[in-house]
Amino acid sequence: MHEYSIVQALLEQCEDHVKDNNAQSVAKLVVKIGIMSGVEPHLLETAFNTFKEHTVCDGAEFIMNIQPLTILCNQCDTSTELKEIYYCCPHCQSLDVKVTDGEDMYLMQLELD
Amino acid sequence: MCKDCGCSITDHVHEHEDSHEHHKAHETLHHNPQLNDKKTIDVITKILDKNDQEAGHNRSHFNANGVLAINLMSSPGSGKTTLLEEMYDIADFKYGVIEGDLETSRDADRLKAKGIKAYQIQTGSACHLDAFMVHKGLHAMELDTIDVCFIENVGNLVCPASYDVGSHLNIVLVSIPEGEDKIAKYPVMFRQADLILFTKTDLLPHFVYDMKREKEEARKIKPNVDILEVNIKDTASIQKVADWIKFKMEMR
Ligand SMILES: Nc1nc2c(ncn2[C@@H]2O[C@H](COP(=O)(O)OP(=O)(O)O)[C@@H](O)[C@H]2O)c(=O)[nH]1
Ligand SMILES: [Mg+2]
Ligand SMILES: [Zn+2]
Ligand SMILES: [Zn+2]
Repeated sequence: MHEYSIVQALLEQCEDHVKDNNAQSVAKLVVKIGIMSGVEPHLLETAFNTFKEHTVCDGAEFIMNIQPLTILCNQCDTSTELKEIYYCCPHCQSLDVKVTDGEDMYLMQLELD
Repeated sequence: MCKDCGCSITDHVHEHEDSHEHHKAHETLHHNPQLNDKKTIDVITKILDKNDQEAGHNRSHFNANGVLAINLMSSPGSGKTTLLEEMYDIADFKYGVIEGDLETSRDADRLKAKGIKAYQIQTGSACHLDAFMVHKGLHAMELDTIDVCFIENVGNLVCPASYDVGSHLNIVLVSIPEGEDKIAKYPVMFRQADLILFTKTDLLPHFVYDMKREKEEARKIKPNVDILEVNIKDTASIQKVADWIKFKMEMR
């Protein structure tokens, strides 16, 4: 259950942005959660709603975009959103692929008050 | 200077980031006089950004001392500590262990009893190690006296996978008694592996375990991953792990 630690990091980032922008609070935040980021979106949302109280994110709307695993094939140059966790180009079966999205979690956008 | 520890590593990326952020804030002030309005800003930062910076800092420490850092991850009881105990007399490189497997110092004591330099980091009830915890640990290690520094992570196949602790390599262990499907069920963890160790292979006769299929599963997730089988009673199998590490040391 490291979703709590992830939320702590997220809240710290929000605090920094509120301060840097001379704002009061966060009205809305958008995050991108890769399906291979190791985070369970449902648990993250629960953790966020539990720990946002009494922070700059109290009352903030939390938008989670789930990012599928996306690879770019180094052989045939095709980009694919994978449906299965199988790091292989479905077009040419090459294993020589580059991950372009879906393995990380990002804070994307903030709406500040 | 490293703010946290007074060390002389100067590559703290976040200091640059800070000034960049400040700069952006000033710009916003000029362009946006009415600060009480709702304002949407695009951020696009990794949520674990601070951890990643600290991990980079840890790696600089290891690099500065010519130490190869290896993060050991697995479920509880897969054989991490046993491997470290048994490999010590075989390996022809010197190693120390930053021990993060739960708050008791049991594992660190086991290692010290073997003459291995081990430092227990206090993790409380943490379900994973992060780069900040490992930073404390690495300052307690005499890095100039070792070639390899192992970080024994908390026994858990989920949480540690999300945290870069500043290691150069990750070794993930999976033991036969844990049963099949562990790799397919925890793809994020096995994706992080540079080497997968199938441990306790002496127990294969007692379990239904399709080793070939498990290896195929692993390579669906990480096509180029190295794989070794380990049985603590078979010295040659531990020697292979030591050889792999030695090979990687020579590649740096
Ligand atoms: N049969 C067998 N048991 C092993 C082997 N390696 C470790 N064990 C046992 O597994 C148990 C847990 O090992 P430990 O090293 O403490 O696991 P850790 O939690 O990953 O550090 C201990 O009782 C070990 O003796 C092995 O190769 N074969
Ligand atoms: Mg242990
Ligand atoms: Zn292709
Ligand atoms: Zn330092």
